[in-house]
Amino acid sequence: MNFDALIEALPEIIDGLEVTIAIWLAGCLFGPLLGLAIALGRQFGPRWLDRGLWAFVEVIRGTPFLVQMFLLYYGGPFIGLDLDPTPAGLLGLIVYGAAYFSEILRGGLIAVPKGHVEAALCVGLDRGQVIRRILLPEMTLLVLPACVNMWVVLLKETAILSIITVPEFTLAVTAFGSATFAFTQSAAVLALAYWGLTELTGRLGRSLEARFDRFRLV
Amino acid sequence: MTQDAAITMRNVVKRFGGNTVLRGVDLDVRHGEVTCLIGPSGSGKSTLLRCAAFLEEHDDGIIRIGGAPIGYDAAADGSRTRLPPGEIARVRRSIGMVFQQFNLWPHMTALGNVAEGLRQVLRLPKREAQDRAMAHLTRVGLAERASFYPSQLSGGQQQRVAIARALAMDPKIMLFDEPTSSLDPELTGEVLTVMRDLAAEGMTMLVVTHEIGFAAHVGQHIVFLDEGRIALEGRAGEVFRKPWHPRMAQFLQTYLDRGASVLLEG
Ligand SMILES: Nc1ncnc2c1ncn2[C@@H]1O[C@H](COP(=O)(O)OP(=O)(O)O)[C@@H](O)[C@H]1O
Ligand SMILES: [Mg+2]
Repeated sequence: MNFDALIEALPEIIDGLEVTIAIWLAGCLFGPLLGLAIALGRQFGPRWLDRGLWAFVEVIRGTPFLVQMFLLYYGGPFIGLDLDPTPAGLLGLIVYGAAYFSEILRGGLIAVPKGHVEAALCVGLDRGQVIRRILLPEMTLLVLPACVNMWVVLLKETAILSIITVPEFTLAVTAFGSATFAFTQSAAVLALAYWGLTELTGRLGRSLEARFDRFRLV
Repeated sequence: MTQDAAITMRNVVKRFGGNTVLRGVDLDVRHGEVTCLIGPSGSGKSTLLRCAAFLEEHDDGIIRIGGAPIGYDAAADGSRTRLPPGEIARVRRSIGMVFQQFNLWPHMTALGNVAEGLRQVLRLPKREAQDRAMAHLTRVGLAERASFYPSQLSGGQQQRVAIARALAMDPKIMLFDEPTSSLDPELTGEVLTVMRDLAAEGMTMLVVTHEIGFAAHVGQHIVFLDEGRIALEGRAGEVFRKPWHPRMAQFLQTYLDRGASVLLEG
């Protein structure tokens, strides 16, 4: 390997890693939030809203992320959505994640035992209080493992953003690989780095699950 | 009599699809009495209780809680009008419900479960809500378990917390749906004891139970439900000593076969 070239490229690679992590964390936070809005709209909103959101979720889940990014980045300008690569990538990842998170969270809402809601109604909680105090907390506990899984998926999907030239980690490392012909080494670096991050995420998830164990359903 | 009743049901009908589960039930639950609802599995006992709390919507008839109609009121032309949600919640406030499956909220401690309604519904300050919740936990003998989560409690303890949670809202009537049926036999006693104490304090109770001994000793009014109809009702002593209805006799026989006759004596 050409070390001079590596030293030269390092700042760009580190910047790329930062961009990847920033976009990923934004996806991990805003994906579930938008997903929650979709899930609540589908569960408690009028029928037309459920139908509309259902169609949206199905389209997102039924097409490759790569194709969605092409459509957003190259097709966006035709509908007045002319975004730079990074905002486009960020938006794309959040929307993509939201579709999956909405299904995870909806599954969680449905899985909360009906009796827990009935007990709350009998105590006198109103609809909003039942959602805030009972459904959302219990849902969170139920969906945690699936969410950790989805966070890992989102991290790996960020690599796709290199295709629309978001200056993220995969783009920076592959650019270095092409410049120095160190294709294999750079691919190995990519694999190691992503794997390290997913492993970290998995650990965080497991420690959260252990911490929440006392809240488990009985 | 109707005015005095804690719960009155008139011609209550409930269907699930094509399955008619309650076929015109007339029932009076009197203030200060323990009414026990017994009957074969699938006869509609849970449905009846759930209709009283309006957790199920009855398809016909009128149900009154302390005189106030719940869910539907009779209109002048004999039809029914649906009452608004706020009104349903208001009438429901005089009911406390205890479920077979406890239904404690797993993300709250025992104290949190009992204090929740005091905080959210009665809007009591945190300290006051906790003090009151603690008093109710003490009443069911669980003060020292206040900070435990449901997953850390036995079934009997969970059910006692659930009773405390219902009592904390100061209901006029307590509804119990087979409160000991999902408990191991050695844990039913502690729950029945709490219920017996409650009855002794004069609480109005409507109890669905398979504990024939409890029904015979604590129950004052016995209602035998069979295929969605009240087949037989009366004072506890009479009903158990002279179960004149063949279905009731047959129903009791299944208990006697299991050696429960001793429970009916005395
Ligand atoms: N939510 C429901 N949907 C459809 N059928 C129901 C539902 N709840 C109860 N049933 C039916 O109503 C009948 C009476 O049930 P239930 O009131 O639970 O009886 P019990 O408590 O006396 O055992 C049963 O046939 C049961 O299958
Ligand atoms: Mg039942």
